[in-house]
Parts: sequence; structure tokens; C-alpha cells
Amino acid sequence: MSPSIIRVVIAKPGLDGHDRGAKVIARALRDAGMEVIYTGLRQTPEQIVAAALQEDADVIGLSILSGAHNSICPRLMELLREKGLDDVLVVLGGIIPDADLPGLKALGVSAVFRPGTSMQEIIDFIRRETAAKAGAPGR
Amino acid sequence: MKERDIPFQTISGRPIERLYGPQSIPGFDYGAELGDPGEFPFTRGIHPSGYRGKLWTMRQFAGYGTPEETNRRYRELLSAGATGLSVAFDLPTLMGRDPDHPLSLGEVGKCGVNVTSLADMETLFDGISLADITTSMTINSPAPMIFAMYLVVAERQGADWRAISGTIQNDILKEFIAQKEYIYPPRPSMRLVTDVFTFCSRQVPRWNTISVSGYHIREAGATAAQELAFTLRDGVEYVQAGVEAGLQVDAFVPRMSFFFNAHSDFFEEIAKYRAARRIWARVMQDRFGAGDERSLKLRFHSQTAGVSLTAQQPMNNVMRTALQALSAVLGGTNSLHTNSLDEALALPTAAAATLALRTQQILAYETGVAAAVDPLGGSYFVERLTRDLEEESAGYFRTIDNMGGMIAAIERGYPQREIAESAYRFQQDVERRRQLIVGVNEFIAPAGDGEERVPILQIDEEAANRQLRRTERLRRERDGDQVKRALSALCEAAAGTANTMPALLDAVRAYATIGEMCDALRDVWGEYQEQAII
Repeated sequence: MSPSIIRVVIAKPGLDGHDRGAKVIARALRDAGMEVIYTGLRQTPEQIVAAALQEDADVIGLSILSGAHNSICPRLMELLREKGLDDVLVVLGGIIPDADLPGLKALGVSAVFRPGTSMQEIIDFIRRETAAKAGAPGR
Repeated sequence: MKERDIPFQTISGRPIERLYGPQSIPGFDYGAELGDPGEFPFTRGIHPSGYRGKLWTMRQFAGYGTPEETNRRYRELLSAGATGLSVAFDLPTLMGRDPDHPLSLGEVGKCGVNVTSLADMETLFDGISLADITTSMTINSPAPMIFAMYLVVAERQGADWRAISGTIQNDILKEFIAQKEYIYPPRPSMRLVTDVFTFCSRQVPRWNTISVSGYHIREAGATAAQELAFTLRDGVEYVQAGVEAGLQVDAFVPRMSFFFNAHSDFFEEIAKYRAARRIWARVMQDRFGAGDERSLKLRFHSQTAGVSLTAQQPMNNVMRTALQALSAVLGGTNSLHTNSLDEALALPTAAAATLALRTQQILAYETGVAAAVDPLGGSYFVERLTRDLEEESAGYFRTIDNMGGMIAAIERGYPQREIAESAYRFQQDVERRRQLIVGVNEFIAPAGDGEERVPILQIDEEAANRQLRRTERLRRERDGDQVKRALSALCEAAAGTANTMPALLDAVRAYATIGEMCDALRDVWGEYQEQAII
């Protein structure tokens, strides 16, 4: 079976409009051969989960720079579980203090990419993790 | 000797030659191109005495949590020698949402202070005399609402509106272009901007009614030339709008100010500020026939580049900021904010913010750079860069003019697409190591080693709850009928052609919240949805 194209929803939750990072990453993933859906600005967790469901996403990439991650991520992960989307890989990029990393990991956020992360590192991570999930039983 | 095998170019991708000389600036004409400081076209500065008369204003942008907490930080900054205040609002305030709105979840007090009503504004400036300081407020879509709150606080302190001074950013065009904190569609948004111009020209004559901002355009990924061109073309759009609203050019343009980024490419930035002054003077004279010299003089604030700060080896950010600040000073900035070393990680701690202010004080008092005006004027390299930036900017002006102006260009997604392209190109240069960043793609500290940990400001999660409870109490205790009447008068003004400021002042005096005032106008004008471009 040939590997299918990785489908990624890039989402910008919360009230913040700083979309440089989200757009650069969306483009880098697309240039790396992934199918990228960018939600645009100011998406609620409900809207992001609905987009992931509709687009049959393998990955959700969140961009949060405003400090709202500790409120948004728990809500999003809860909704994903409710909809049976727990196998979707969730990664987060933004301004995230060290102290918040363990809490985000515990929620099920697979990776946190902070300023200075290379696009290649993000691409490699997504390829590796989605391949691992595809190889896992039950998928 | 063989040159190193790297691209010699500015951070914006502009190729740099090995050596500049007289042949680099053919036909150089001192009087026409430069003029002395204080003389047309103001390339060398707007004051004949430069910083010998008045140093730049050291204005540090600050705000977080509740109005009480931020009020304390302001008093600290003033006692540490800051010469002006600059208010950072949180996202709910910037987006015209009350703390109890669902979209405010997790955002209250996070990247700025929450100001929901006049009561919060009173607390924010408690013990600070508005007659004696100047305040800059970074607020755009709800600028008239926040400005109305500030005016009512001044009124209650007994300060004369005709004497107070400060700045509201009030620059909606760059929100559509870059920062994306818009509420209403472009055209009614412009109406709010010109309402402020008109109101201030009559009642608050010393207030800077707009800070036309390239900062956010640059942070979003624009090159130096794009920052320069889009910002100044926005300025032209505002002048045009003011004229169309019936104002005389010289009645409001002298109160317009600008705001630029101080990025990492030292000489290109200095040239950018010099080119900005020259272009503005010429455009105001040629396009608008401005007669008052103050309309020709571009005054600007600058801030070091947040986007250049790295989470890796954060102490390095002190050096970046100092050098960026130096470029702004050599370029003749009128006021300056220096970023703190910890801002790629969180909002700054008080200690980090103080160090950032000290950086400016060292520049001002120890280095001697403030002694001679425009010390780089006449440098072959800097003059050539200044010319190149002016020329590149003129190209963008032509493109935007041909599209029918900046609003039309924005509606077509033109500046947004240009900036996204530049952002992607820069990121690719970093990936391919054509652009080196210390600690990020060169001189990387071994994992787990050498990465200094810096203390991080923790925003009290209780701040949001306090603001929620306060809003609830406010709604209970104020005169609900008075609020209702004021909001319906506001809708009436917005639906017609009357200036919206008097109705906003009445709504503020009745303690209407920012969400209520913005919602009233949402009902009249609707909300803007952008076409996401990647």
C-alpha cells in the first residue's frame, strides 16, 4: 500500500491575528507534499474540530502566540475525544513558556514548536509521527 | 583576498556592493536631497538641533492583567525615568469584546491590560496626572471608544482637553494588511478614523490622532522597502480620507505621526527612516499642496524588532535590541521602545523591562551618538541606500495608485500577498543558512547545555476572574436606561453622518462597556471577514 498524502488542518484559535507563523508553516507543509487546509483567523475549538472532522485530517497544527494555550488546548483535546478523533496528531506552535510544556504534553499535545524551530524539523516530525500512527494497530 | 562565500545582502535581500563612493550617488545634490536638519525635505531630521534640544522620548509599551497591576508597573516605569507611557491592551479590548464573551476565553489580561469600561480606565491612571504626561495607546478598531474613556478620565481629573497630549494608534489599514485586529469593513472603519481627526482638530488639538504603523507590517514579514512603502501609502490614504471628510490638510496632518520597526539590518534601517522623512515631505507637498511646514515633517516612534528575538540563548536579545535601538537613534527617531530579552518566551518581567529602558539611557547619555545631528548624512553607502529605498517605495506607490488606492489594494489582497511572500522567502533563507541567526542556525548551544533559563512573568490567572466579576458588578450598579439611551444614540450617529465621538463620550460616561459600544456599531456596519491567503 502506498503511503497516502498527509492531511493537515492549520488553525489559528483565539482572538489573536498574528498569522505570519501559521501561514509560513502552512506553505512549508504544502511544499513538502502535504494537503494543507488553513482555517483562517479566530476559530473556536468547536470550529477547529469540525474542520478536522470534515477534512479527515491526520494532523491539527495550532498557532497560539497570545498566552491563551492553557485555556484553548484543554477544550480542543476534550472535543477531539468526544468526536472520536483522538488519533489526530495535535501539534502547537507559538510563544509557550517552559513551565507549560508538561501540562500540554499530558493533555495529548504531541509537540510544541517555539520560535526558531526550523520548518524541516516540523515536517520531519509530522512525517515520522503520522507514519508511526498509520503503522499502529487499529488504524 | 578572496571574499567569504556568503550572499552579501541586507536582511531584506538587497545586494550590497563591496565599496561605495561618489560614483554610487551620481548627481548628488545636498540641498535638494538632504537639506540641513529642520529643512525640506527633512532627510536629516525635523529639528535643526536634533537631540541636542530634546532627546527622543523613551516610551516603553507595557500592560498586563488587571488595571491595578498595570497601574503599578506604570508608576515603576515613571519613577525609573521613563518619559511617557504606552498602553498595551489585551486582545479582548483590542477586538472590542467584553471579558465574558466566549471568544475572550483565556485571553483576558494576557498580552496586555484589560480595559472594559471607564471604571477600568480610571483605575489604570489612578495617581497619574494626565495633564503632566503623554500617553500612547495602541488601540485600533476600538480606538474612538478607548480614546473617549481617556478623555473622560482627563475631564474628571480636571485636565484641559486642549492641553493634554498623547497618541492613539488608530491605524486600521495596517490591521487589514498585517496585524488583523479589525472589526468592521474597511470603509466604515475609515469613517471612525476621520471622525477622530475631525473631533480632535476642534477639541483636542495637541493629540496625535493616528500613528500610521509599519511596525506590524514588518513583523508580519515585509521587507524594509515594503514596510516603508505600505506605511507611507497608508498615510496618503488617511490624508485623502480626511480631505474627503471636509478637513483642510493643514488642519489635521500636523497631528499625524508614524511608527516604524527597528530591525536588525543596521544601515538599511537608518536609510529607511531618512527616506521616510524625505518621501513624506515630498508627497505632502506634491500631492496635497500642504503649506504648513508641520504637515511636511514626518515624526515617528520606533520599536525594536520583536520578531528578531530568539527563544534560544535569550540573553543574546539584549545585544540585538541595543543595536536596533542604535539604528533608530542614528535615523532620528522621535520616540523609542526597546524590547526586553525575554519576549520570545512571554511578556517581560519588571527586571527585563528595566534593562530595556537602561539600554536607551546608555545610548542617550554614554555613547555620544546624540551629540551631532544625522551623523551618517553624506555617507556614500547610507545615501545610496536612502535613494534605493525611496525609489523602491515609489514603485509600490505606483502599483497601489493604479489599483485605485490602498483600500482597493487591500480588498484584492495585494499587500497581504506581498508580505506573505517576503516572510516565506526569509524563512527559506534561514532554513538554507543564507541568513544566519546566532543561537538558532549557527553557534547553537548543545542540547541541555548553555541554554540560560531566564525568569518568566506569570500572568495571574485570577486576573480574568477579577475582570469578569468587575464587569458583572458594573452591569448591576450602573443606570441601565442611561446606557441603553446612549447606545441607541450611538447607532443613530453611525447610521447617519454625524461625528460618532460625542455619542461615544456619552456612552462612556454612562459606563457602557467596550463590548457594548463595539456591538452597537457591529449591528450597524457588520463585521469584516478576510479571505485567508497562504
